Amino acid sequence: MKTSMRPRIVTRNLPVIAKSPTGIDGLDEVTFGGLPQGRPTLLCGAAGCGKTLFAMTFLYNGAVAHDEPGVFIAFEEQPEDLIKNVGSLSYDIERLIEQKKIVVDHIHLDRNEIEEAGDYDLDGLFIRIGFAIDSIGAKRVVIDTIETLFGGLDNQAVLRSELRRLFEWLKSKGVTAIITAERGNGTLTRYGLEEYVADCVILLDNRVHDQLSTRRLRVVKYRGTAHGTNEYPFIIDQDGITVMPITSSGLAHDASTERVSTGIADLDDMLEGRGYYKGSSILISGMAGSGKSTVSAHFANSICQAGQRCIYFALEESPQQIVRNMRSVGLDLQQWVDRDLLRFSARRPNLYGLETHLAAMHREVREFDPAAVVVDPISSLMGAGIAGDVHSMTLRLIDFLKSRGVTALFTNLGAGTADTATTEMQISSLTDTWLLLYNRETNGEHNRQLYLLKSRGMAHSNQVREFLMSSDGIALREVYVGPDGVLTGSARVAQETRDRADRVLRMQEVERRAREIERRRQDIARQIETLKVQLASEEGEMERLNLEGAARDDQRSADRIALAQLRGSTRPARSPLLPTTSSK
Amino acid sequence: MTAASMERDGYNLRLYVAGQTPKSLAALANLKKLCETHLPGRYTIEVIDLMKDPALAQRDQIVAIPTLIRQLPEPLKRIIGDLSNAEKVLVGLDIAPS
Repeated sequence: MKTSMRPRIVTRNLPVIAKSPTGIDGLDEVTFGGLPQGRPTLLCGAAGCGKTLFAMTFLYNGAVAHDEPGVFIAFEEQPEDLIKNVGSLSYDIERLIEQKKIVVDHIHLDRNEIEEAGDYDLDGLFIRIGFAIDSIGAKRVVIDTIETLFGGLDNQAVLRSELRRLFEWLKSKGVTAIITAERGNGTLTRYGLEEYVADCVILLDNRVHDQLSTRRLRVVKYRGTAHGTNEYPFIIDQDGITVMPITSSGLAHDASTERVSTGIADLDDMLEGRGYYKGSSILISGMAGSGKSTVSAHFANSICQAGQRCIYFALEESPQQIVRNMRSVGLDLQQWVDRDLLRFSARRPNLYGLETHLAAMHREVREFDPAAVVVDPISSLMGAGIAGDVHSMTLRLIDFLKSRGVTALFTNLGAGTADTATTEMQISSLTDTWLLLYNRETNGEHNRQLYLLKSRGMAHSNQVREFLMSSDGIALREVYVGPDGVLTGSARVAQETRDRADRVLRMQEVERRAREIERRRQDIARQIETLKVQLASEEGEMERLNLEGAARDDQRSADRIALAQLRGSTRPARSPLLPTTSSK
Repeated sequence: MTAASMERDGYNLRLYVAGQTPKSLAALANLKKLCETHLPGRYTIEVIDLMKDPALAQRDQIVAIPTLIRQLPEPLKRIIGDLSNAEKVLVGLDIAPS
């Protein structure tokens, strides 16, 4: 327990109330240890609340687990019936009777057989109880139901004083006792026994709401010790009684930084690429057929793949059906069931009340100790209780799971309708990650979309993704965001086709242009070639002209020489050409 | 009185007490007086002290003290209290006042 912040005087060896553990799951937590040892406890409730079973469980556990033999004084049931009745809880009372660990004494009282003539007391009863206690050295006593005395005997004044004496006497015997009593009209017990048994009063209740009954327990008073004051639901099943306390008084869970995969690679990518936080709670909202179960199954599958355990609370489908359906998206869940990693816990939501569901879930989680649980869908439990109850139940469940570090995934049917909006709001505020699955109708078809509405403590994608299910599992496609808005489904495909066609057209255009340019380039090159040829021929002409010019110059000078020679014969041998020219 | 007549209309009575309490003593005295008046010679009284033999309380279904049980004649009758109310005792024992 937490220590208070106030400064306080520490005193040692304060007398504290010794407690006798009942061995009933949860009750010992609520009472911080059990019933007051050596004192009587009043257990009251209407018929059918489980008083007798409670009392017998107390005796049984005392005899088996704490070596405290017990006496059961039965006013209402015959020992044989009693033994049979609790046999359904696998309590072998007969064996314990043989081992002298339990004594059952039935007290028969019939007003018709008894005539009262004068003053009397209940010494006979005292002697019987005392004898039974002494015969086995009993430490625990149950008197069920002592009010039968009021029906069997007339003299109320005697009865009252004798009962007072009885409780005092039980105290002096040092036995821890449970006295059961019927609930009265507006009072705890019909005959006001709470006046006499003042140390500890526990009230059992079985309320019916919407045709569903829920058992509840409340510690009305526990003198001299702290105790839980709330109403706690409890269940009675073949494993006995489980009281379900709200374990965490504050929000003091360890927050893990570890991550667990969502089982869907694309969804992991939206969550920093690493998935949910371990021990967080995830809500998946969506309409019917939007793929909630498939997302849940992928998560369960990935947990089991990692070799960890997972409980799948199926509230709408049978396990076989889920296994079959998930095969169609390529998940083999049966293998995990076979390996005892995955446990399906299927029960009809209206089988019993909300609290009972909760208690049963608690029990199973405690028993199987999973790393993750899936509740599919939690909204179906709303039929099992009032909306506010669902909220508090979910709160308690989340609390409990968080305190154990169990990652919890809840699915919630119905997104966006006014009817469920408030409930969603209530649940969603409790969860850490909220996925919305839509089923949007556009162009005559429904397309699935996924949106990560919130995810506490991590960067997460803000994008709506198209959610595709195929035999290969789930794929998340980025939706098409174009000039016409967000497109999904065949509209997206059509748009993509259009885009592709456009692209092809563009490509063709580009190619055409390229070809044209190439052609023109070649044209120009050809022209250049022609021009070059032209140029070359021009240049050749030029050369020829030059050469011709030079030749003419030579000829001219030769002619000049020849002419000169002809004019003067002084230099006859100067030119070899002379004879030719002379021959001309 | 013969054994046979005792069988037929004799009264076999058992008085359960717990020690010598005033109530027990009163009950025994009252019973004796009644029987002498109404059943002279036709009764036997057995006093059982549960303090000495507590197991009998369970066997004979005793809750209140004192308890008077009419073993015979059948059927079994039970009267509790110190038997100070003679009328009720007579009704309880099916004895017509003579």
